[in-house]
Parts: sequence; C-alpha cells; structure tokens
Amino acid sequence: MVTSIIRRLIQAVFVVVAMTVIVFIGVNVIGNPVDILINPDANQAERARVIAHYGLDQPLWRQYLLFLQGLLHGDFGDSFVYGRPAMGLILERLPATLELAISALTIALVFGLPLGLYAGLYPNRVSSKLIMSGSILGFSLPTFWVGLMLIMVFSVELGWLPTNGRGPTLELFGAQWSFLTGEGIRHLLLPAFNLALFKTSLILRLTRAGVQEVLPQDYVKFARAKGLRERRVIAVHVLKNLMIPVVTIIGLEFGSLIAFSVVTESIFAWPGMGKLIIDSINLLDRPVIVAYLMMMVLLFVVLNFIIDVCYTILDPRVRLDSKA
Amino acid sequence: MTALLQVRNLVTEFGGAKGRSGIRAVNDVSFSVERGRVLGLVGESGSGKSVTGFSIIRLLERPGRIASGEILFDGVDLSRNSEEEMRRLRGKRIAMVFQDPTVTLNPVLSVGTQMIEAVLAHESVSKDIARQRARDALGLVGIPSPEERLAAYPHQFSGGMRQRVAIAIAFLHKPDLIIADEPTTALDVTIQSQIIAEFQKLTEETKTAVIWITHDLAIVSRLADDIAVMYAGRLVETGPVSEVLNDPRHPYTAGLIASVPSQNQRGERLRQIDGMTPALNRLPQGCSFRRRCERADDGCLVIPELAPSGDRSFRCIHPVTKVSAS
Repeated sequence: MVTSIIRRLIQAVFVVVAMTVIVFIGVNVIGNPVDILINPDANQAERARVIAHYGLDQPLWRQYLLFLQGLLHGDFGDSFVYGRPAMGLILERLPATLELAISALTIALVFGLPLGLYAGLYPNRVSSKLIMSGSILGFSLPTFWVGLMLIMVFSVELGWLPTNGRGPTLELFGAQWSFLTGEGIRHLLLPAFNLALFKTSLILRLTRAGVQEVLPQDYVKFARAKGLRERRVIAVHVLKNLMIPVVTIIGLEFGSLIAFSVVTESIFAWPGMGKLIIDSINLLDRPVIVAYLMMMVLLFVVLNFIIDVCYTILDPRVRLDSKA
Repeated sequence: MTALLQVRNLVTEFGGAKGRSGIRAVNDVSFSVERGRVLGLVGESGSGKSVTGFSIIRLLERPGRIASGEILFDGVDLSRNSEEEMRRLRGKRIAMVFQDPTVTLNPVLSVGTQMIEAVLAHESVSKDIARQRARDALGLVGIPSPEERLAAYPHQFSGGMRQRVAIAIAFLHKPDLIIADEPTTALDVTIQSQIIAEFQKLTEETKTAVIWITHDLAIVSRLADDIAVMYAGRLVETGPVSEVLNDPRHPYTAGLIASVPSQNQRGERLRQIDGMTPALNRLPQGCSFRRRCERADDGCLVIPELAPSGDRSFRCIHPVTKVSAS
C-alpha cells in the first residue's frame, strides 16, 4: 500500500510539472496582455516600463523559470487586473464554487442513486420508464436554458427563491459559507439544482446499468440461495459491486463540476471561480488564468488519488498488499 | 415413510402467461428423493436439468416460472409458498451449490462475511458465534487455517477451494436437501474427486438428500443411488443407478453411456449421438428424441408415456434390450 501510494505521488508530481509547461506556454501563445493593460495613449517609454514590470521583456524560458520559482513559493504573480496575488483571488472564490459543487453532487447522489436502483430493479414498471425518460431530458437540456427556466418559474412566477448571489454567509474554517444561513441555503438551491441536473441523470443511468449487470450474476443468485433477505442482497451484494463504477464517475464528475460550473455561476451571478476565470480570460489576466489552471490540475490529481484509495476499500481485488 | 421431496408433473415455462404457454424448459417431470439418498439428474446442455433444480428452490430467472405441477417438500408444496416462506427454507433446509465457483462468491465481500451472513440469515445468534460456526464449517471441508481464511477474499482462493467454501456454506445449517448444479464441472479431475469425496462424507454425516445435476455419467455412477435422465425437458428414464447404467432401456440413455470415452476402444472413433438437441420451441412431433434415434418408426409420432417397470421407468416404445446394446 505505502509503496503504491509513493509511486502514485511521484506520478502526480510529473503530471503537475508537465502541466506547468503546457499551461504556461499555452497562455503565452494567446494574445498580448500589454495591449489590454496599457492605455492606448501611453508613450513608448511607458509601455516599456510596464512590459519590464511584468517581466514580459524576458525570453520565454526565463519567464518560465521565474514562474516556476514563484510557484515553489506559492506565488503565481499578481493579477494584471486587480493588482493582487492571483492565488489569493482564486482562493477567495474557491469556497463559493466548492459549496455549489458539493451541493450539486449531493443532490445528484441523493436522487440519482435511489432512482437508478429502482429503475434497475424494476425495469418493466411504468415509473421506471418515466424515470429513464426523465433522465434523457436531464442529459440533453442545455444547462443555461434549464437555469433560465428555473429562474422564470421559481423566482419570477412563484417568487419562492432568489435569482442571484450567495445571500448572507457565515465564516467557518476561515472561509465564507452560504449553507450556514437559511437565507444562504435559499440562494444555493436553484444554482445547485441547475448544476446537479446533468449529474443526476448520469449517476441514475450508471446505477441502473450497474444493477442490470450485477443482478443476473451467480453470486447474487447464490446470496439468495443462502436465504438472505432481499434487502441485504440488494444493499450489500448488489450495491457494493455497483459502487465501483459509480465512485469513479463521482470522482471525475466532481472535478468537472468545479471546473465547468461557469455557466451556472454566470446565470445565477454566483461569485465563484467560474465567473472569475471567464472574466480573466476576457481580460487576458495571465497570472489568474495560470493559477486557476494549475489549481484544476492539482484538483484532478488529488481526486484521482482519492478515487484510487476508494477503489482499494471497495474492491479487494485491487488491494496490492494482500496479506492472506 | 414418504419421500422428502416429491416433484409431481412439474412444468416450468419461459415467457408466455395467462393462457398462452411459453417455452417449456421442464415438461411434466416427476421424481422423488428420499432422505439420505442421492439422485443424479443427467442430461445434455439445455435438457432442463438445471431449470428443474432452480424450480425446486424457486430461484428461476425471469421470465421463467412454474406453470403447473407440485413440488412437495416434506409435505409442503413449494410452488405455492410465499417468497418469505421460501427464503426461510433456502440455505436452511434446501441448499444449493452452483456450477462455477469462480462466480458464486461475491468478489467484494470477504469469505467470512459471506459465511457469517448465511448463518445469521436463519439464526439469531451473536456475530462471534456465527463466526465460530463459519470457521468450523471451513475446517470441515478441508480448508487449512480456517481462522485466517475467513478474512480472505474469494480471489485469493483457487477454484477448488472456492467450491469448498460454497459447499461449506451449503452445509452450514445441515440442510435436508442439497441441489448440486454441476458443482465439479468447472474443476480439474483431481479436484473433482476430492470435492466428490468431501460431499459424500458430509451427506452421510448429515443424512442430507442430494440432487446432483450433471452430464457426467462417471460421477453419477460413483455418487448417486438413483438416476433420472432428462431430454428436451422431459424425463426419459429413471431408476437405480447400477441398473440403468448397466442395462439402459431408452436409446438416449444407451447413447449417452456409449459416448463415455472409457466405454470406447482405443483407435476407434469416439462414439457419439448423431444430431443435436432440438430447440425447445421446435420440438418434433411425438418423441423428442425421434429424429436422432435409429430405432424410431411411425409409432414414435406419439409421445410415449413414462412406463414403469419395477423400480425403473422409461419413455420409449422400442426400448433397448441388453442383447442389442452390446
């Protein structure tokens, strides 16, 4: 176990280093931030001063090395736009996005797993067919449209829920969280549901497929032949096998929830990272873009690592140091 | 004393319902098994022998269902039992061992978990006692250091060992009846012998009746007291093993026996029964074996009854006699 963790960590370091190269070069290829940063009326000396200030006069390899040097100190440089450390900006927005993503994932699991299980166990019932048709809608309706419809129905027509922002927040672990206040939860509901819709359909369909794959297995039949109660057969024998693919998807989808919550955040004016990154791309705010991308790389690496650990808990066949 | 299990005119169908008949995998099958006796249920793939076994323990997969007939187990008709009544019997009084040990144990649960839950399904004892029972059962089927093996997972066992675990689970509650669905088919020959020996030992100790489903006549001759031969969903011949195997009456039984490699001479082509098992939805009119049988004539266009003669019975109007068989 320990050696495999160390091996995974070394691999992760390589991934991160490779990504720094790709991200850094990629960002340097697109556009010239100087054009945007500097007043068009500025004179040549002024331009040169700004370019030198941001280190843009250096050759690319030196810029990269300087960037790496900063990285080792946790310094991604200052935002061109805000003039503050880029990482700080992102970390400020992280809780909002994290909160939204976790809520969405929870909703997706709470609805997706049981509904998928039901549709898989009773595939011929009308209700199962309705669930499956519904999941097709969840899959195919564009997020932005659903978001707008949610606002139309629940905010404009019914007036139950607010349309935008996080509402009042409370501090916990040095960050601001909406879910700690009732009003905050009301603000959270619509965007979380909006973001969760697609994932719910995904988990639902995956669960159903899993049930249909596991149910005809001999070990399920054998479990019944032992005289186990149906509840235990489903909850232990079926569900535990089912969770292996579901955990993989949950892990990867959680990453994509965070990385691609842009649309939902824009529609509901949710002050998360998604909105920040879109603004930064528009303004070619390189340090923020780079910091954000590195953050995402790190996030996916960590998530993959957690998935691997979950595997070893769920599936004894992938445990590497079996003692027995 | 009446037999422990009496199957009467069992019909199991796949598909079809309410008036419409589906495909009959088991057609009008009757037999009985007494306590402590071993019945060898023999037939080719698709003859309905496994479906018969799953009908008795009521674990047919949809759309399979028992269409008619009775399954009297200790006087109770299993085909009318509720699902909960069946659950209480399964594993407790009727146990089952499956064909392929590599897929009968759940890969993500430890052997201990799977054994302990089998104990707890029928007895309200503490987990420690259940664990002890599981450990003793493993020891009984010849698994070394059972205490440690309880913590192991199925993939850490060989095929033969896994089948031993399955057998240990089947015998946990000392059942009255065990349905063994080709439990040695997936194992190599030396392991087969060990498993059969293990089985014999346990059934003798516990007075358990066994229905041993197989296509292997050698195993039946070694293990079984009685034999029932199935063909295309119907019983074609039943009787005590030694009599039937030495002196088969039905041409199909005779053909099966002649096909056993050890019955053949070296250097000669292996004997086989010509043709294939007919598809159950396109059975020929009359005797299902008619098209493959060299003795068939127009009289075989009517399905013969299972005619009893002494403690044997067979379903043929042109039975093989000893003279013509040799």
